[in-house]
Amino acid sequence: MSDKEGLFSKKNLQLLKDPLDDNNPISVQVLGICSALAITVKLEPAIVMSISVLFVLVASNVLVSLLRNLIPNRIRIIVQLVIVAAMVILVDQVLKAYAYDVSKQLSVFVGLIITNCIVMGRLEAFALGNGPWKAFLDGVGNSIGYAVILILVSLFREILGSGKIYGIQIIPQSFYDFGYVNNGLMLLSPMALIVVGLIIWAQRARNKKLIEK
Amino acid sequence: MDRNSNIYTFIFAIVLVVVVAAMLAFTATTLKPIQENNVRNEKMQNILTTLSITAEKNAVDATFNTYIKQQLALKADGSVDETVNAFNIDLKKEIKKPIDQQRFPLYIAEKDGKTFYIVPLFGTGLWDVIWGYIALEADKNTIMGAVFDHKGETPGLGAEINQKWFGDMFIGKKILKDENLGFTAEGNFVSVTVVKGGTPDENLHGVDAISGGTITCDAVTKMINERMSNYLPYFQNN
Repeated sequence: MSDKEGLFSKKNLQLLKDPLDDNNPISVQVLGICSALAITVKLEPAIVMSISVLFVLVASNVLVSLLRNLIPNRIRIIVQLVIVAAMVILVDQVLKAYAYDVSKQLSVFVGLIITNCIVMGRLEAFALGNGPWKAFLDGVGNSIGYAVILILVSLFREILGSGKIYGIQIIPQSFYDFGYVNNGLMLLSPMALIVVGLIIWAQRARNKKLIEK
Repeated sequence: MDRNSNIYTFIFAIVLVVVVAAMLAFTATTLKPIQENNVRNEKMQNILTTLSITAEKNAVDATFNTYIKQQLALKADGSVDETVNAFNIDLKKEIKKPIDQQRFPLYIAEKDGKTFYIVPLFGTGLWDVIWGYIALEADKNTIMGAVFDHKGETPGLGAEINQKWFGDMFIGKKILKDENLGFTAEGNFVSVTVVKGGTPDENLHGVDAISGGTITCDAVTKMINERMSNYLPYFQNN
């Protein structure tokens, strides 16, 4: 950073805020949809997945940013992939050792963070051209933007699909006695896509900046 | 050095890969004992769960040793192979061997003065492997408890087999059609089937399947039938 910019200058804070709404990776850029469909059946795995993505995205963003002047341009995608893959395996191994139950729930999806377009997208679009601190903020911002959508979708799906939130029964037994049934359709991936669609709709109705001319 | 030259590209790639590989190898080796211990603990906990015993996380070993009296490795003819440690048998590898070379682990437990026989299960589900444990009462016919687990079945559907309610449906079911006929009588071993569309509670050889999880449920049926049938000679003779 050549200019004397504060750590939390307006421009830097914008890096954090932008991906939450105006430039949300899922609902605006429509990246990382695959995992948004796969692990949002319940709230708990969605939260752990968000934390894992946060770590992977921030760590690889900072690493790539540090190495940005050394990485040969011709093999930069492969280099990014190696870094992301290393971070993902690291997360997977640590979860297996210290959070065994959760790692079992997430099973293959942790490994699939490698293929999460958000990670590669941020490395390519941001980390390669910016300093580590900015890359850090960008990583945090984007993974929180991702987490917000994931948690919203899984809230809808868990309560409508299983009548629970975070594994705790929310819809009382008396509802079921009157003939209420859980909507099994909510547990299937297509409904996640529809919920994401509804979120995009709500977001655009509120935020006029997002409407294309 | 010219960053666009081939030499630079090669050197960069090699250094990067070596550093990353060393780092991952280091992490994997350091964490391995903890991970293996997790797997071991989980296996013991699963076995104990079939007897409705919950073990505290730090006392799994002790609890396991209190209740599990014998760990046998059975041959296909029902005799016991003393040379094999039953707990260390990896069913995933074992299942690929010819049947006469396979060893079948059996855990004999004692709880409140009653004897229980615990049979480990292993099979292939829809996406990946599934496994489980079934505890039989002293008559080796009535199911005392069952747990199932899976590696990658569909969340919310087939993956539900690892829920308590699914395993609990097996309690009280019987694996023999007529308990007086013995284990090896032709057609007497009927196992327990997971029935698509549901089955009445009175059916002693069937439990309800999970809607949307038919392939996983069928795999559970197949797994119980296949694995359990290997223990019949031992059950008959003891």
